[in-house]
Order: sequence, then structure tokens, then C-alpha cells
Amino acid sequence: MNTGNKKQEARNKPRVAFFDFASCEGCQLTVVDALQTYPELLGAVEIVNFREASSRREDDYLIAFVEGSITREQDEPRLRKIREQAAILVALGACAHTGCVNALKNLQPLDDVRKYVYGDKADWYPTYAARPVSAVVQVDAVIPGCPIDRDEFVKVVKAVLVGKKPPVPDYPVCVECKLKGNVCMFHIGKTCLGPVTRAGCGAICPTNGDGCEGCRGFIPDPNENAMKDVLDEAGLTVDEIMAQMTMFNAYTVLEKEA
Amino acid sequence: MTTTNLNVNVHHLTRVEGHGNIVVDVQNGEIKKCQFEVVEAPRFFEAFVRGRPYTEINHITSRICGICSVGHSTTSVEATEKALGVELTEQAMLLRKLNFHGEIIDSHVLHTYYLVAPDFLGIDSVIPLLEMNPDVLMRALRIKKLSGDLCAMIGGRHTHPCALVVGGFTRTPAEQELRDMQARLVAAREDMDATVALFSTLPWPEFSRETEYVSLRKADEYAFVGGEIVTSDGFTYPIADYKKVTNEWCVPFSTAKWTKHNRESYMVGALARFNNNYEQLHASAKQAAKKLGLEPVCYNTFLNSAAQVVEMVHCVEDGIEIIDDLLTRGVTPEDPAPVSRTSGEGAGSCDVPRGILFHDYVYEDGLCTQANCIIPTNQNWANVNADLKAFLPQILDKPEDEIRHLLEMLVRAYDPCISCSAHTLKVELV
Repeated sequence: MNTGNKKQEARNKPRVAFFDFASCEGCQLTVVDALQTYPELLGAVEIVNFREASSRREDDYLIAFVEGSITREQDEPRLRKIREQAAILVALGACAHTGCVNALKNLQPLDDVRKYVYGDKADWYPTYAARPVSAVVQVDAVIPGCPIDRDEFVKVVKAVLVGKKPPVPDYPVCVECKLKGNVCMFHIGKTCLGPVTRAGCGAICPTNGDGCEGCRGFIPDPNENAMKDVLDEAGLTVDEIMAQMTMFNAYTVLEKEA
Repeated sequence: MTTTNLNVNVHHLTRVEGHGNIVVDVQNGEIKKCQFEVVEAPRFFEAFVRGRPYTEINHITSRICGICSVGHSTTSVEATEKALGVELTEQAMLLRKLNFHGEIIDSHVLHTYYLVAPDFLGIDSVIPLLEMNPDVLMRALRIKKLSGDLCAMIGGRHTHPCALVVGGFTRTPAEQELRDMQARLVAAREDMDATVALFSTLPWPEFSRETEYVSLRKADEYAFVGGEIVTSDGFTYPIADYKKVTNEWCVPFSTAKWTKHNRESYMVGALARFNNNYEQLHASAKQAAKKLGLEPVCYNTFLNSAAQVVEMVHCVEDGIEIIDDLLTRGVTPEDPAPVSRTSGEGAGSCDVPRGILFHDYVYEDGLCTQANCIIPTNQNWANVNADLKAFLPQILDKPEDEIRHLLEMLVRAYDPCISCSAHTLKVELV
């Protein structure tokens, strides 16, 4: 094969870029992990920007995957620039999708939060209430979860590449949990947000004996009152119920209250 | 000819976790500025865990870092267990250590193969290896998959382990799973030999600067989970006294929170552990060190990556032995051990892939009221900057591109995890 053909071939592959804001970068690492299972992915796209894994940096890309929440004014111009360049912008993981645990700080007065961590140097650290990417720019697709599920990532990438709507489920985790044949967490004395949380993870936490914490965000039109009643019946106090509902969804809960 | 004027600004250093810049200014041969600056967005974990139930804390602090989420989770539960009086069973402790080994291997293979090796092969990332040398890439992917599967077998999930909770695990792996995993670890010895052979051929840059190395230590094992704090300058402290080691401080020219102990800076991580705890390494790991030309005490920061290879060998061998232990004892499903009180204070420490990590909490009526996390990468910043200043004059006679590349390699050698460190680091725009 001569290099001319190879270059031509590379030019025809969709150019893909990865960016991150406030996050743990675990979702990009899951992308790296996905390559273990699906090394053919590397043949299907051309990665032109992936700071965590590569020194290559080019600003001509078709699809942008954005990990992380937006937590500072100064992050916005960088995000807008990515939005302008990308034909398709995908929110990668819970930080970008819902604000994830970053939004827990929104539950407390911001001044207090800054002073607690940085003391009298608090003014040095500009920050505002953490928000998902969609609060700043239009998002074309989301890959939920903290972290993302590697199989779901591959499914979404395949859908985006052929111009289809990504197949992210809008039914609750309970559906997948039942299919796994798990005993309901509430029946073994634990609590679980499975009834209101978006499926797609294969009910990974209940399958491992731990109740769902809601990291994939709520399903469309969740019956929150029924969920709260169930948690109440399980013996949780009002504060404990609020703690469960806000652990991964503080931004969503606060937006609804506002 | 020595470079007399040089202006390097590596904006958003690549192949590291998080955002940081290297800034160098040389005028008329005099170094005006040579430092590493962090521009990652701060995330305020210590503030927002206040008021949360103790059962949530390790699942929240796990999210500080995607690479070392097992390390943060484990350190977090160690602190909470200390605070709330939890006694782990021997089985749970063995599983905790085995899970931790999985993360050490996973993180080290990522750093050595994916992030460091490209520097020596003249490529941007590990991706071109698919065509250049698929055997090497496939080996890296194989080790990565093995370590990820090991973490998932115990923690329920590789990144952000869901089964890892205060008091143990919500799921116990079956004996057959452990046997299968052990067989894979035994088979991985071949990949370990090939890894040692590959990294022993790399031309590590020459550099030496004496510094203080800080790590955990246990008398009878190579310490990753718990133990006491030791430094190469001869100091020993219980974990509860961790602030006597870290002494966080601010410097006027950079507003990052740094740490220092007996000198202006200290180093944590694989090289620190190797230097402090060589005796406790598995015999096969000592042989690997010999092949890699690594012996204690080594003052060449670049060889931190070689020490990581040594630790991968150790964790494969020790992992095989831990599984032997578990199978000999017999594995029984068990619930997490309960807390004996709901109020108290406790500090926990693990030597995670990038070095010694501390979590410290106060609980009142089951809710967290105070939290402090001191991250390995933060403890290394002062040492990174001292190394940069010591290294730059040695390489000023090289072309600018090479200087830039060598400085990048030096910072990268620390395997810095800026996402982790950004909860206490000044954001400085350059």
C-alpha cells in the first residue's frame, strides 16, 4: 500500500476530537478502555485531538466529545469555540450530561465553599455553580453515566457515524435489573434510585449488591413523588431522601425547584 | 552553542491527566522563569462532601480521579473505618489489596506504554503502534484488559468501583472467578517479561538530583494500603500525623498549594516507594529492577517509569499469592462489617499509583462535617519545579525543540494527575 492512498483514506475518515472541563477524566479513560474491546474503532475514525492520550492537536474536526462540567466563566469561550467547529457535539458522561457530583457544591453558598477549601485565598479561584454542557451550548447527543459504559459508547459512536439518533434508553434501570434476575434492593433492606434512573448501564450497581445512585440522570418525566414515598417507606428521613436524590443529580433537582 | 534566549510555553501539556502548562523564560543565558503551572478547574470536593452521609463519601471522592478511583475509594473507606470504628475481616482486607494491585497495574501500564513510550519512539500517541509495532500495542491492551477485569471482578466496575464500600464489599467474587483470574495473572508473566525487556532498552535521559522520598511502609509487605509514613531522610510518622509531613504552604510567585517536609520539596510515587521499600519487593520484581538498571537509591526522576514497571511485576506476582491465600482460606460471601459508632474522626492513607494519598474526615451523627484530601500530585509540585530548574541548565545547549521535549518528558515522568490535584491548586492563567 503506498502512503498516498493511506493519506487519502485517512482524509475520508470522520475526524474526531476529545475535550474536557471539570471532571475526573474517567470517561475519556473508558474510551481508551473501549479500544481494548473494539480495536477496530481506531480504523473507523481519525482522532485529531485527545490531549490525555496524544500530542496531536488539530482544530479541524467533525465530531467533538466533551467531558466535564462547566464551572467557570472562563471555560465558556473555549466550549463555544468547540461548538462552532463541531458538526456534532456529544456530551460524554455525567459531568457533561447532568453536572454529576460537581453540582453538589451548588447546594451550599458558593462563598462558603470557596473559603472552606482555599481559606483567605478564596478570591484567587473563580468558580460559579457547576452546570452541564447543555446549559451553555447546544448538545446533539449524550452518553450518560459516571463513568460511561464502554459498550454504550461504542453503540453511540456507531449511530453518530451513520447519522442515526443514538440509542440511549429512556426506560428506568429497574427494567434491566429485572432482566438480570436480581432481587430488588428494597427487598434486602437497601435503597435504590433504579425506578427513576435512566437505564443503559445493565443495572451494574444493583447487580453488584449496591443500590442505584442515579449517576445516569433521571428518566424523562420521572415519578419523583412515588420514588420519595418508596424511600420514605424504606425508613429514610426527608434529609436522607434529599441526599439520595441529589448525590448525582443536584443540578437537575435545583433546576426543578427554581 | 548555549541558548541565550529561550521562551517556551507548553500550553496544556499532552499525555498527562488534566491541564497544566510549562513556562520557561531564559534571557541572555539567565533563567528568569522555569515552572509548571496548573490551569485545571478547581472542583471543591472537601467542601461539598460536608453534610453527606458516611455511606456516600467514598463513592463521591472516587470521582476525584478516573485513573486512581480505586485508590481514592480505598483511602476514603480506610479513613471512614478509622473514624467510625470498623474492623475489616481478613478476607475483605485481602480482596481490598488485590483490587488495589489491579489498579496499580492498570495505571502503570497506561502511563508507561500509552503516555511515556511514545516519547522514545518519536510518535504522538500509542495509536501509530497499531501499524508500527502491533505486538507491543496488543501487549499493552492485554495487560490493560487484565488489570481492568481484575478491578471489576472485585469492585464491580473498573472505574469508580460500586461494590467497594465502608466495611468491605457488597459482592464477594466466587472461588472460580478467583481461579480464572489467577490463571490469567500466571499467563501475564510472559507479558511482564516482555515489558521489562522493552523498557530496559529505552535511553532514559541522564539526570540526578537528590531529594527526599516519602511513602508508606509495612515491615512484612510492600506497602500500598495502610502502614506508617516514612521518608528517605529517616523520619517515621503514624498516618494520623500526616500533616507533619505535608505542611501545605503557598509560594509568592506561584499560588499553588505545595508541600514540604525536611527539605524544600519531596517526591512521592513509584520511585519513592521503590527507594524506601526495595526490601519488601517480590523477588521477581527485584530481578526486573536489575534488568532495568534500577537500584535504590535512584535519584533520576525519569526512572520513575522504570520503577512503575517493577511495581507491575510485583503486583502480578503478589496478586497470584493473594489469590492463593484466599483460596486456601476458602472464600465465603460476607456482608460489609458494620460501623460501631456514627461520630468520630479518622485519617486514612494508601500509596496509590502516583504516590501517598491522605483522606481525613470528621463525622457527626453519620454525616461528614469536615474533610481534607491531600493528593500525591500536589505533594510532587514543589519537586517537579525543583527538578525543572535543575535540569534546564544541563540541556540549554540543545535545540529549542529538544529542550521543550525533554522538559515535557520530565514533567510526564511524575505521571502527574492534575484532575486529582485541582481541588487545592491555584488556577493561574498564562
